[in-house]
Amino acid sequence: MRLIGVDLLCERGGRRVFSGLGFAVSGGEALVVTGPNGAGKSSLLRVIAGLVRHDAGTITLEGGDDELPVPAQCHYAGHYDALKPSLTVMENLSFWQSFFEVPGLDPLDALDELEIGHLADLPGAYLSAGQRRRLALARLLVARRPVWLLDEPTSALDRRSEAKLTALMNAHVADGGIVMAATHTPLELVNRRELQIGRPQA
Amino acid sequence: MSGPFTALFLREVRLAVRVGGGALMGVLFFLIVVTVIPFGIGPDLNLLNRIGPAILWIGALLATLLALDRLFQADREDGSLDLLLMGGHPLELVVVVKCLAHWAATGLPLVIATPILSIFVNLEPIQIGAVVATLLVGTPALTFIGAIGAALTVTLRRGGLLLAILVLPSTIPVLIFGVSAANAAVSEPMPFMTPFLYLAAVSLISTVIGPVAAAAALRSGQD
Repeated sequence: MRLIGVDLLCERGGRRVFSGLGFAVSGGEALVVTGPNGAGKSSLLRVIAGLVRHDAGTITLEGGDDELPVPAQCHYAGHYDALKPSLTVMENLSFWQSFFEVPGLDPLDALDELEIGHLADLPGAYLSAGQRRRLALARLLVARRPVWLLDEPTSALDRRSEAKLTALMNAHVADGGIVMAATHTPLELVNRRELQIGRPQA
Repeated sequence: MSGPFTALFLREVRLAVRVGGGALMGVLFFLIVVTVIPFGIGPDLNLLNRIGPAILWIGALLATLLALDRLFQADREDGSLDLLLMGGHPLELVVVVKCLAHWAATGLPLVIATPILSIFVNLEPIQIGAVVATLLVGTPALTFIGAIGAALTVTLRRGGLLLAILVLPSTIPVLIFGVSAANAAVSEPMPFMTPFLYLAAVSLISTVIGPVAAAAALRSGQD
């Protein structure tokens, strides 16, 4: 499996975020996207997720499911946790499992994995920022998708959860999956490569 | 594991009926609008009876609009919309399911409350039946037409007012056929079925056009 982006051009609000950007990441590799603020790290992940239009270039997933578009084979964890305050933790998570329609971990096991199993029946409104983030990460486990796109996944996480996240990312990579993460935290990832995005021309 | 669209429907209904959802608000607003008008008009029972169906229809129209601006906006603000777009399901179907759930949680209670509110405006039993039937057929059209406006204004922080301005003109056909069918039930020479079938046709057309247009608007609003 190989995720390839060729000659990507992205313009947002009339401003060129990046142009001529290319990358290739194989199954079993983690690609860490680095660069200064405003360089387009988040935009790149959103472009791959199909949430922001790219004005030129192509994104392909070789060895993926040809029936599905690339975004439908990606998990995206961005700045927002997609959590409904009036639903319980369990309801939030099981909904995404049913909606994504691919098999994965049992929601309760996924919550236990991220050490928030005891909160399963609590409404989402009562979670702390770190717990919300961990719930968002549990979503990656309940439905198996080969590509993980993580935008600042460590924000609001404590040391212990950060180590847990690193372990989950490494497990996903060892399983042949692809991880693309934009983060400033030096995570101890195996098979780690780096994609440096420069400051855009004004 | 239930199907993705069943799960989406149940989630939407749950969100609507729990704290912070709009389901109860719509019915209460409907109640207030219909109750206030007789106070303004005065105790003229004949007049109330004549304009009663129109009052109920306009009340239902405004109550439907009230909760519509959150249809997609709530999902956009917390990032759920991104994930719904990435689900691999056709966005049009996602919109249809969201609209159906929205109607079940906010439109259907209006229809159920109508017989009680009809008494406030002095309607006869046959008129009550006619108003309930027209609202049952017509309110889905309001939801589906409103979904287009909700999708267009999804990126705006306070899009509720703009939504009303965009959507209300397009709901005029629904209002005309709905009220004329309800009136035709008691005025002898006019047939009930003609405007009623037109109303049903408008409903069916908006069930098709609404989701397609709303999905297109949501896609183009992504940035």
